[in-house]
Amino acid sequence: MTVVLFVEQCLNGIQFGLMLFLLAAGLTLVFGVMDLINLAHGSLYMIGAYLTATLTAATGSFLLGLPLAVVATAVIGMALEAGLLRHLYRRDHLSQVLATFALIMIANEATRAIWGVQSLPLNVPDVLSGSVEVLPGVGYPAYRLLIIGVGTLVALALYVLVTRTRMGMLVRAGASNRDMATAMGTDIRRLFTLVFGIGAALCALAGAMLGPLLAVQVGMGENILILAFVVVVIGGIGSVRGAFVGALLVGIVDTFGRAFIPATLRAFAPPALADAAGPSLAAISIYLLMVMVLFWKPQGLFPARG
Amino acid sequence: METSGTLPGARLERDAWWQRAAPLAALALLVALPPLANACGQEFYIGFASRVLIMGLFATSLNLLVGTGGMVSLGHAAFFGCGAYVVGILATEWPGKGELALLAWPAAMAASAALALLIGAISLRTRGVYFIMITLAFAQMLFYVALTLKAYGGDDGMSLARRSTLPGIDLASDVSFYYVVLTLAAGSLLLSGRLAAARFGRVLLGIKDNEARMESLGYPVYRYKLTAFVISGAFAGLAGALMANQNSFFSPNMMHWEQSGIALVMVILGGLGNLWGGMAGAAVFLVLEEVLAAFTRHWAIGVGAILLAVVFFAPRGIAGLWAQRR
Amino acid sequence: MKKKLLWLALFAAVSLPAQAADKIKIGFISTLSGPGGVLGAAIRDGFNLALEHSGGKIGGLPVDVIIEDDQQKPDVAKQLADKLTKRDKVDFVTGVVFQNIMQAVEQPVFQAQIPLISANTGPSDLAGEKCNPLFYAVSWVSDSYSEASGRHMSDKGYKNVFVIAPNYPGGKDVVNGFKRYYKGGFAGEVYTKLGQLDYAVELSQLRAAKPDAVFFFLPGGMGVNFIKQYNQAGLGKEFPLVGTGWSFDQDTLAAVGEPTLGALNTAHWNIDLDNAANKKFVADFEKKYNRLPNEFASQGYDAAMLIDAAVRDVKGNVEDKAALRKALEAANFKSVRGAFKFNRNHFPIQNYYLRQVVKDDKGRLVNKTVATIFKDHPDAYVAECKM
Repeated sequence: MTVVLFVEQCLNGIQFGLMLFLLAAGLTLVFGVMDLINLAHGSLYMIGAYLTATLTAATGSFLLGLPLAVVATAVIGMALEAGLLRHLYRRDHLSQVLATFALIMIANEATRAIWGVQSLPLNVPDVLSGSVEVLPGVGYPAYRLLIIGVGTLVALALYVLVTRTRMGMLVRAGASNRDMATAMGTDIRRLFTLVFGIGAALCALAGAMLGPLLAVQVGMGENILILAFVVVVIGGIGSVRGAFVGALLVGIVDTFGRAFIPATLRAFAPPALADAAGPSLAAISIYLLMVMVLFWKPQGLFPARG
Repeated sequence: METSGTLPGARLERDAWWQRAAPLAALALLVALPPLANACGQEFYIGFASRVLIMGLFATSLNLLVGTGGMVSLGHAAFFGCGAYVVGILATEWPGKGELALLAWPAAMAASAALALLIGAISLRTRGVYFIMITLAFAQMLFYVALTLKAYGGDDGMSLARRSTLPGIDLASDVSFYYVVLTLAAGSLLLSGRLAAARFGRVLLGIKDNEARMESLGYPVYRYKLTAFVISGAFAGLAGALMANQNSFFSPNMMHWEQSGIALVMVILGGLGNLWGGMAGAAVFLVLEEVLAAFTRHWAIGVGAILLAVVFFAPRGIAGLWAQRR
Repeated sequence: MKKKLLWLALFAAVSLPAQAADKIKIGFISTLSGPGGVLGAAIRDGFNLALEHSGGKIGGLPVDVIIEDDQQKPDVAKQLADKLTKRDKVDFVTGVVFQNIMQAVEQPVFQAQIPLISANTGPSDLAGEKCNPLFYAVSWVSDSYSEASGRHMSDKGYKNVFVIAPNYPGGKDVVNGFKRYYKGGFAGEVYTKLGQLDYAVELSQLRAAKPDAVFFFLPGGMGVNFIKQYNQAGLGKEFPLVGTGWSFDQDTLAAVGEPTLGALNTAHWNIDLDNAANKKFVADFEKKYNRLPNEFASQGYDAAMLIDAAVRDVKGNVEDKAALRKALEAANFKSVRGAFKFNRNHFPIQNYYLRQVVKDDKGRLVNKTVATIFKDHPDAYVAECKM
């Protein structure tokens, strides 16, 4: 393996990991603070991508469509929280699973009804459709670099928000001891709604950024939701820092698994077997990572609750 | 323990006569279904009913785990799929003998039980959400292993040349197959009820309520949980074996996490810890799907809305509603 | 007794539609949602246009087309096939897009003795050892396109080709077809998870492998993403890209845009094929759907035309299975690909063309036929067919 290839694959892993972080951050907060298993988190990601595609087409500009879609999804998320999910906080996890599973069904079908069954076109803005030389002679797609930049900025902003503000303090208190947080303030309901809104906004941002790379289609949320849950569990429920580390770990393990496991297998297994087993082993590596982490630290890497 | 109200076995003894008669009535109706369907020229619904019963059996096995034992697994499809693959692999590798139901189906149960022993032994060291995720992880790993089984169709899955064979019964006929499924489902339900009512079930319920107390009372908690996990896995394997026969087809999708999710939804919908929960949930879910699909292309919205209504208005599921009407 | 009521309601609801003897029922199982949904939609649109051309009738009889979405899930398709054959009692089944769906559908349809017309997928086993009198493909065997690609890349003198395909049996088949006619070496062979949409990892590997050219088989949305990302990574300028026609059909060209310009691909049909049936098809398709047709639509059109001709030949008596089989084998219809002839395994003997993506006089991206790679080409499996 050359150094160049290694650097490129690292960038690929970081890019994927940062997007996972955007999803996992909201998920881990809602999970840790409100104690809500929100399977419909992926639906917000899908809605964010669809809104971005629609608003980009309507305004003619991705840079305009994206923020509008993020705000709109945040509003939808907060409405959902205030109207429905709020009543699930005190229910057991299984009721939450059933209710949010129902929401997935409704969201997917409503999306089909509104936007049709075929995926929506959403393209990388022309300025960013080329590649940038990151190392001499090595081009890396400009848009992927932008994703890395945005992801890093959001991670920093979240860090400041969680560690340096009163809201962040309440959130941390909520994640480590819910009853105390509830006892502390009267505006706990508003805080919850706000946290949910932020989570939804992050989802929409991930959906909007990944939309042009992947595909804006029904069902896009469920595939990535499971990975986001894996990240949350690896990082420790309720810990934003854990979500960050977990997301990068998963991103890099997934990328390197795909890049090097099949090639390595080919070195000492018959090609037919290597071709068949390689991609699957790569996919398994993430779950293996999670099982190993849980075996070693049953509460995840950064347990928020003492 | 004695005060907890969801002891399924205990309930049956105190029920009014018409509630005791209800299972018999349901059974009579199910027995009468094939001639009824044939009379209407709708043999299709015999296959559909088999599917409902098989999914009901699958959900019932999960209910034993979740409802009675309090172990929420999101990887139950691993055992379902394992059962299907055992039937498929035996039939492919060993034409003739491998197709004998009396051999293949118990083998499917045994393989699923062994798998459950392995997965359970590791997973049961965690609890709560971590247990959910670790069972999911194992199921996903198996899903990807199934993808690599090129000899058995890989990603595409594989068709069975024919259904398993039973001496004296022609399983290729949808009607005979239905009656076999009905017998197995009824038997499993009966067994499941006995298990829940027996000491084993009561200890499990006790563990679900308060694990630490049961531990301090000297019960080998881990062993009880693992036993429940294995039994539940074995019955999921039987359901998978039957489903592979019903569809004459098996594929990695049978192990996909969505399959586990749907089974969990059926259990919660039907009634957690209720003996009838799995069956009721599967029946309502699949019939709703079928009926709503006849009216609108967007039937999923209707199903979703009904599930939401169940969460808010029938927190103990459909079977729970039934029980409350006493 | 909620359950009993539901059952009664169900029986009442489904036993209503009576069996009219003078009506043709066609079950159309296709992938209409999800990433593969565009393909099913194209086949359906072509099929419907053919119905319009035949006056809304099949073989002169009124027709009832029951369209079902298999969601690209074999288990769903299997249940739909059961429903269509046992409940709706259709006379033909068609519309299937994907090979794994066909595999799930074929058994119940064959068991019910119903002709199965493939408007797209052509599994090699159904062309060879498992060939079936009830199965007819108006399309191709799934490795024919890549055979043509392989021949082209060999003729072109490429020595070091990078191959990428999804890791599923269909993907392997296509690569095997490619290898049957491509005689050079390989810079790399990568198989990805089916349905994968982000190719960053593979593109980095591709760049490092420094091939002469790239052959890819990534059907549907996978191909769209691959071509887009290939160009974003700046690889379009470095390594020529050759694919099967499935990745450069008209809908893909519209979705991907400029990056496809100049790309070479292989197919059995194109909008510019010079015959009367094709001209009418292309013009009317554009008028009706406001877009140019692709090969999937052309196959849907031909499937309907084949059924139409066969039903007319047996004078509507579709219960006469032997006569119906003869009529289908005769294939008395004007295909949009030109002359149409079934081989004895019920797969067509036909030409395969090299096409290049160019801009037409309206500035749209279209395929232009630049060469005939195979003339009257039979598939590689017909010898194994014992029919």
